[in-house]
Amino acid sequence: MSFAVPTEHYLLLSAVLFCIGVAGVATKRNPIVVFMCIEIMLNAANLGFVALGRHFGDVGGQIYTMLIIAVAAGEVAIGLAIIVSLFRTRETIDLDEADLLKL
Amino acid sequence: MRPGVLIFWLLAVPMVACALLVITSRNPLRSALFLVAHMLLLAGMFLSLSAQYVAAVQVVVYAGAIMVLFVFVIMLLNLGGAQKMDAAGLGWALGIAMSLGLAALFVGTGVWKSGLHAGKATAKTLAQGGTAQAVGFALFDPELPWLFPFEVASIVLLMAAVGAIVLAKRKL
Amino acid sequence: MNAPLQDLAIAPIVWAIPGLPLIGFVLIMFWGGGLVRTLGDARGRRVVGTLATAVVLLSFVISVFVLLELLRLEPEQRRAVASLVPLMDRMPWIEVGPVSVQFLALVDPLSVLMCLIVTGVGGLIHLYATGYMSHDRDYPRFFAYFNLFIFAMLVLCLGESLLLMFVGWEGVGLCSYLLISFWFDDEENAKAGNKAFIVNRVGDVGFMLGILASLAVFGTLSFHTADGRGILDLAARGETLSGPLTVATASLISALLFLGACGKSAQFPLHIWLPDAMAGPTPVSALIHAATMVTAGVVMVTRMSVLFAQAPVVLLVVAAVGLFTALFAATIALTQTDIKKVLAYSTVSQLGFMFLGCGAGAFGAAMFHVTTHAFFKALLFLGAGSVIHGLSGEQDMRRMGGLGRYMKVTYWTMLIGWAAISGFPGLAGYWSKDAILAFASGIPSIGMFMYAVGAFTAFVTGFYMTRLMAKTFWSAPRLPEDAHHPHESPPSMLLPLIILAALSVVGGLIGTPWGNAFERFLEPVLPGADMLHVHEAIPHGVGLALGALIAIAAMAAGAAAYRRAPSAELLPATVKATQPIYRAAANLWYADAAANAVFVQGGGRFAGFVARWIDKGFVDGLVNAVGVVTAFLAEIARGGQSGYVRFYAKTMIAGALIVLAYALIQAGMR
Repeated sequence: MSFAVPTEHYLLLSAVLFCIGVAGVATKRNPIVVFMCIEIMLNAANLGFVALGRHFGDVGGQIYTMLIIAVAAGEVAIGLAIIVSLFRTRETIDLDEADLLKL
Repeated sequence: MRPGVLIFWLLAVPMVACALLVITSRNPLRSALFLVAHMLLLAGMFLSLSAQYVAAVQVVVYAGAIMVLFVFVIMLLNLGGAQKMDAAGLGWALGIAMSLGLAALFVGTGVWKSGLHAGKATAKTLAQGGTAQAVGFALFDPELPWLFPFEVASIVLLMAAVGAIVLAKRKL
Repeated sequence: MNAPLQDLAIAPIVWAIPGLPLIGFVLIMFWGGGLVRTLGDARGRRVVGTLATAVVLLSFVISVFVLLELLRLEPEQRRAVASLVPLMDRMPWIEVGPVSVQFLALVDPLSVLMCLIVTGVGGLIHLYATGYMSHDRDYPRFFAYFNLFIFAMLVLCLGESLLLMFVGWEGVGLCSYLLISFWFDDEENAKAGNKAFIVNRVGDVGFMLGILASLAVFGTLSFHTADGRGILDLAARGETLSGPLTVATASLISALLFLGACGKSAQFPLHIWLPDAMAGPTPVSALIHAATMVTAGVVMVTRMSVLFAQAPVVLLVVAAVGLFTALFAATIALTQTDIKKVLAYSTVSQLGFMFLGCGAGAFGAAMFHVTTHAFFKALLFLGAGSVIHGLSGEQDMRRMGGLGRYMKVTYWTMLIGWAAISGFPGLAGYWSKDAILAFASGIPSIGMFMYAVGAFTAFVTGFYMTRLMAKTFWSAPRLPEDAHHPHESPPSMLLPLIILAALSVVGGLIGTPWGNAFERFLEPVLPGADMLHVHEAIPHGVGLALGALIAIAAMAAGAAAYRRAPSAELLPATVKATQPIYRAAANLWYADAAANAVFVQGGGRFAGFVARWIDKGFVDGLVNAVGVVTAFLAEIARGGQSGYVRFYAKTMIAGALIVLAYALIQAGMR
């Protein structure tokens, strides 16, 4: 079975998106944008899963994707809640202002 | 050029562009809007991969619910304006270097095209493999290993809901 | 000896024999105190005491039923296993490789006999304790421990494997410790408890090594198994897991087990804990340190008698240790002034007789003496307790005397106990002691010597018991002026005395040389005549006549001597202070002093050396060095902890990159 668009194309696209996400996570100081970049990385992984699922004729790739979406939803809910409470206590959300992890 | 290939490029180029705009915009609200666009394009990509149900979930959950939450928090914290919140100098260069290093690793080792021996895809899996029915049957098939992760996901969501309430509420 | 295991119709309720006292323990331990608080002091105590006594007596009833069931079988078929867990066939405890230990009870003549003694005498002493302890503020705690002891002792007797026996063995040791130091407010009592526990540990090491050696040699811990591969099955056939059982192997295991028996049964040189154990309440002394627990060593040796029978040298050692302990403790008993100490050394001495019987190969006679001794020694201790109770805690015989007319029941029952232990013809002690001495005379080549020493010890026994009676009941009253008026004990204490006195009179009749029902009953668990040749060098008639003569002579000599000394002191104080033999005996032949000097002082010095040089110098130095190095490394590493999230994120990404690069390059090279 050959496809109009080979699976490699999708995987390369997925890799490119993932690298863009990494760049965002590593350079942004706004935690909301950092979260968005993490979403981009997750989406890139989803794309890879679905493409490989199609390639091998296995529905598991799609199910993985949906589980990842569920986890991402939870992660965003928690992450944004952390950001809100961080903003409440420190009046800013700049990541470089927050060094609470150092005890 | 076959129409499928054309559709791929029509979706892929704006997707990468949107992703780049997400990380380059000064204004978080803009980033959020580009991310919505990115996700809608990704949903189209899922459709082109004949994963209709996942595409629908992508639109409803990601582009819908999650992004609304993002925008809501941005507005709640009044962060709509342009902000200089990028790492400066060395930090920025290091982040970009990491990203490029990862890309070099992917491309250099050729991992993106390795191991793709002939799959078991058939015309049938292509036509029906991504419907809600097919995904649902696979999800609850006792012969397949997905039922347990599915149930665990519900617990993860419950914990996230409880955790978000505990974190964000001033007084319980 | 090799009969298959039978199925008993009564097996489904055998668990209740140890189970009921355990239930009593749990109920009283957790709710006894609350019960006393909610029901009020008097009623609460009555409920607790009744419950504790009732469970033990109920166990006794079940034991009797088990005995009747067993008696219906042919003698050589009287061996069965029963689950110790209700409603289950067999409950596994340890399953490791070839080792399999289950919570099973072995029901055979030996275990049923011990169950009857423990629950019967134990039940009577429980009843006695409801009166004796009635003024104690820790009444529920006492009965909780008492029930726990009964449970542990029954596990010891019923356990189907060496390991389960060891569980009971340690359980009774724990209860002994708890009850010796029951009045822990007084430091002396706490120390006595520690001493008992620690000295027992020495013996327990031997027992544990014996268990492991048995496991190595026989590949199992069960006494009997359905396929005839249990320890005793194999040993009876002279086999081991691999090849025949050699004398050396049998000697090793039985010597180790005998060390354990020495600790528990207070044989020289591990006897030093038992007299100190009298610090506990008197019912404890009667039940644990006279009637039941201290005979556990004899029970264990008898249980393993098939093995001991194949180790002639060890048997000789057992006999020698027993005889020496018997004489040694009897001489000390002559000099003690504390009424309970006299009885304690008397117990050590009588245990020595039991081991003399075991060593002579007369395990049946030894068990017979265990039985009769349980009757009359419990009686004597309870009588002494009654005296102490009547005198509000006085234990020194120098401040007693003339008590016979104040406490008539106590006096008459004590009189029977005195006659029984001295070996007055017809009473319990007469038959059992004579049986042991008769078999001891049959020990090859030194039998007559053993008989002579044993007979002399029997004479000393009669004499020191007469001394006790004279000082307590017969002589002129020497109570201090300010003492309370002596009074008789309540009926709950007198009833056990009367029952035990009756048993001390007739109890010996089950084991007379004519038609010895007792020995015939035990025969299936003992080594057969083909394995161990036991005989009596002294004819029955002569032995019995000599025994009667010695007993009457000792009692008469004692009585006559004390009749001429109204102050109940045979020797003037100056003689007591200077006469070397008397002083040595009064000082316990310096056994305690020697143990103290060598083990306590020497051990203390050794521990001080270890603490100072090895612990403080070497170990602490090592520990401190680890700390210093860690602190130094931490000082370097703390630079990495900035607290900034993005720093951590970047570190994480970098780490992931490295791992990924390694994995991908590794995969690419293949």
